Amino acid sequence: MIPSPFEYVKVRSVDEALAALTEHGEDAKLLAGGHSLLPIMKLRLAIPTVLIDISGISDLSYVRVDGDGPDAMVAIGAGTRHFELERDDVARTEVPLLPHVAGRVGDPQVRHRGTIGGTTAHSDPASDLPTALLALGGTVVLQGPGGRREVPVTEFWTGFFETAMSPDEMVVELRVPRTGSIGWGYEKFTRRENDWPIVAAAAVDGRVALANMAGSVVRATATEEALARGASIAEAAELADQGTSPGADMHADQEYRRHLARLLTRRALETAAGV
Amino acid sequence: MSILGTRVVRTEDPLFLTRGATYTDDLVDDRLTGALHATFVRSQVAHGRLLSVDTSAALEAPGVVAVVTAADLSDLVPLPPPFPFINQEMTRPWLASDRVRFVGDPIAVVLTEERYQGEDAAELVAVDIDPLPAVVSTADAARDEVLLFPEAGTNVMASFGEPAPADFFDGCEVVVTQALVNQRVAPVPLESRAAAASWGADGRVTVWCTNQGAQQARGQLGDWLKMDPDLIHLITPDVGGGFGAKIGADPEYAFVAWLAKHVGRPVRWAESRSENLVGMLHGRGQDQVVTIGGRRDGTVEAYSLVFDQDCGAYPRIGAVLPTLTMLMAPGVYGFPKVHSQGRALATTTTSIGAYRGAGRPEATAAVERAIDLFAAEIGMDPADVRRKNLLPAFHEPHTTPMGATYDNGDYTVALDKALDAAGYADLRAEQARRREAGDARQLGIGLSVYVEITGADNGAGTKEAAELEVHPDGTATVLTGTSPHGQGHATAWAMIASDQLGIPVEKITVVHGDTDRVPEGGGTMGSRSLQQGGAAVHQAAGELIELARRRAAEKLEANPEDLVVDLGMAGLAVRGTPGVGVTFAELAADDRLLVNTVFNANAPTFPFGAHVAVVELDVESGKAQVVRMVTVDDAGTIVNPLLAEGQRHGGIAQGVAQALLEEVLYDEDGNPTTSTLADYPFISATELPSFELVEMSTPTPMNPLGAKGIGEAGTIGSTPAVQNAVIDAAAHLGVRHVDMPATPMRVWRAIRQAGHNASQEGN
Ligand SMILES: Cc1cc2nc3c(=O)[nH]c(=O)nc-3n(C[C@H](O)[C@H](O)[C@H](O)COP(=O)(O)OP(=O)(O)OC[C@H]3O[C@@H](n4cnc5c(N)ncnc54)[C@H](O)[C@@H]3O)c2cc1C
Repeated sequence: MIPSPFEYVKVRSVDEALAALTEHGEDAKLLAGGHSLLPIMKLRLAIPTVLIDISGISDLSYVRVDGDGPDAMVAIGAGTRHFELERDDVARTEVPLLPHVAGRVGDPQVRHRGTIGGTTAHSDPASDLPTALLALGGTVVLQGPGGRREVPVTEFWTGFFETAMSPDEMVVELRVPRTGSIGWGYEKFTRRENDWPIVAAAAVDGRVALANMAGSVVRATATEEALARGASIAEAAELADQGTSPGADMHADQEYRRHLARLLTRRALETAAGV
Repeated sequence: MSILGTRVVRTEDPLFLTRGATYTDDLVDDRLTGALHATFVRSQVAHGRLLSVDTSAALEAPGVVAVVTAADLSDLVPLPPPFPFINQEMTRPWLASDRVRFVGDPIAVVLTEERYQGEDAAELVAVDIDPLPAVVSTADAARDEVLLFPEAGTNVMASFGEPAPADFFDGCEVVVTQALVNQRVAPVPLESRAAAASWGADGRVTVWCTNQGAQQARGQLGDWLKMDPDLIHLITPDVGGGFGAKIGADPEYAFVAWLAKHVGRPVRWAESRSENLVGMLHGRGQDQVVTIGGRRDGTVEAYSLVFDQDCGAYPRIGAVLPTLTMLMAPGVYGFPKVHSQGRALATTTTSIGAYRGAGRPEATAAVERAIDLFAAEIGMDPADVRRKNLLPAFHEPHTTPMGATYDNGDYTVALDKALDAAGYADLRAEQARRREAGDARQLGIGLSVYVEITGADNGAGTKEAAELEVHPDGTATVLTGTSPHGQGHATAWAMIASDQLGIPVEKITVVHGDTDRVPEGGGTMGSRSLQQGGAAVHQAAGELIELARRRAAEKLEANPEDLVVDLGMAGLAVRGTPGVGVTFAELAADDRLLVNTVFNANAPTFPFGAHVAVVELDVESGKAQVVRMVTVDDAGTIVNPLLAEGQRHGGIAQGVAQALLEEVLYDEDGNPTTSTLADYPFISATELPSFELVEMSTPTPMNPLGAKGIGEAGTIGSTPAVQNAVIDAAAHLGVRHVDMPATPMRVWRAIRQAGHNASQEGN
């Protein structure tokens, strides 16, 4: 429960962070809220020798509407804490699924520390906000020595703790379409209120994303296709676990996880449809 | 009006909440200047031959002063089993020398200048282990194919009782048998284990450690280190919870004292949470088979409980728990025939100790499940089956077929009060409505009626010491052999003294946990403290008044019989002339006003109660949520309702936790899979409703306060009530039993299985 020795660098800007990443290379890790990184360091599952603390970069924390009309996007700074997102008025009006899900992450301490950039970069298949982001669609904005690039969320999470980001890049922003009054549903299944999801399902606008049903967060494509064909919610939800590859742990074996995916998908879709 | 029975706010809390308490790891003490930090290297393999331990790389690491292995322990003998009835070959090495027996078994100790250096250096100790098959379950252990102690010839630590006679259930119209798991849980006190030791030039050692009774801990250190206990000054700083796992000393504490001598410098040790979850004693861990037989009118005629107690790798208190489970097997029921038999078995896991209730919750869980199974089989309301079989109210001691002598009890009233407060009939109606409607959220109503034994002889007898002194400035000091670690003794003991002496509570200081100041004591465990330690303070106050009366009579030239306690002036006044007399403080100015006493209760007490748990069960997912907990917990006379309710709250919560959430798990190779708090699901407020506490008080004649124990009752009652409620919620779907913890997956699978069974029967 005591991490290996490491050096600590505090940076004030994205440029400083990127320079430090380049300087220290593979041994360095960015430190945002620390609520995924520090626990695995304490268990010595991660042994970075340099921590680059990006929590002091103040202009990475914001929620705003970018552009206008139907193409306008909601832009969220990577340093935005779950708690800030939960309480944000713009987010509540423009994309209400996100603040709701932010409020379901862990407990108040976790929400006051954890950041949307951190949870996005970490790529834990059981994380809440990436599940919501995947259902919403949109992009992850990365910045590296070569400048900025946008990766669609559908291509970003590639596996367990793996993303489309390269080691010298960082997440600077999340961009999601406005959903306004479009119905949405989020079903998070836990044994205790403040736990990580055993399985979770996010549904919005005919799209469904699942947490903890594969190596990364995934879309329930069979369900989405069935809905597009005009299938009933109950019929479509029965297909939710198709194409998934859930793991087994003490809370749920694969069979039960598949059952939960179908059940939670049905409930999330029903909520989204207002039934 | 007496202060007893009033809600005096805890006097210890301002300190805890503002300045912070001083736990062992926080100690700043001259005697610990320059202390080294001990870090244990523990086995990562459950069972195996220890081939070699290479310390050379660790010795080179920064800050390392010494690395100690079994080879360095020539002056220590292995720890003998704690009880004479245990197979005496099952000794515990201080550090593994030829064999490791659980993940967490200490192999070496690294001593470093700084704590953090220890964790780095410990990783450099190279341990070579040739794995042997793990023995993870009691069923594996009982096969005796793989032995933890080959020299013992068996994994059975001890056996208790005989098999039931073949004709035990003959003549019963209905007999139901069920295997039950009372799973292994972790105590998880907020303060994990810690110790510090420093030797003086006089050959005495001062040991600070977190525990539930300094005197008992000192006795064990003396036994293990082969030292005269007088040479050990044991100090218990503030303690952040124990739940039974801090009873006495752990070998690590004694070892810290040995290490300090070995290196000639003070040594301190504080474990991390991961170390705590494998190193500290676990609780429960029984595999049971209940058989209950009787008539279709609900009368139970015979009951049997046969079980194996998992004791972990080395025998600790767990090995004696079967005796308590057997003693309390019939619980509150007047079954004409009762049988129980238990075994204590060694497995390659963390040792089992006492955990809130220790042996009694296991008995209650078994019989309360058995009653429900019987009720389901004959199609009768479980409340009616209970009522039919409860022992009638008794005011004189009653001896059960298992040989327990209950002091007094009225179980039917307890049950009725709980059912009334819960609105039982309305709950059943609501349940019927939801079943009829086929709701996804079904209602489950679970009952349990319990009796338990508190203040049992814990090796130190049923007695407790107290010293009471009034000082010339009007303050008083109470010295007690009990050992608070959250209970609020400082408040309660001061109230008891204040009640008789008139000295305000805030002027009374309660001292505990220092063997030089309080050499005799039984500690705080087994819900004994108020009925023995509190009663000792009560007795001390009475004796102090008599001492004061003799002295005051001389001073006032009055007849002792004419002197009465005047609470207003905190002294003695001449009868009929209040205010005229002498205060205790004035008497103390003449000569020390001090008494020393031992109260002996001679017998334990048997608190009882009834719990009603209401759960909502999502039958589609299997997840249960407790929506109401209505409890009657009769602990006799209540000295301070605030403290008693606190004990009930914590106890109920811990019971709900066992019923729904908590379980220590190992994989088939004996690796713990719940060794961090990310994996071990302890309970928090979000999983609990507000508790509905119902009052009932049947004073015991066993002590002058009339008090029974309350520390463990909540846990004992709530665990089966919640388990029964979950099963009740799915009973209409054909579910008869679900083991604890009733996880969503287990419940979902039980519902599905019941559905399969039903459709097959339909074919
Ligand atoms: C007790 C507890 C309960 C939790 N419960 C939940 C839960 O229920 N649901 C849930 O979804 N999560 C949960 N979490 C995780 C929480 O949401 C974390 O805060 C989050 O996953 C990571 O965010 P962070 O800012 O703390 O990242 P950090 O821990 O600081 O970093 C995580 C990883 O991301 C990298 N990183 C951080 N920021 C960036 C960036 N801008 N660009 C590139 N890389 C970056 C780091 O280098 C590191 O590898 C829980 C955590 C704890 C401790």
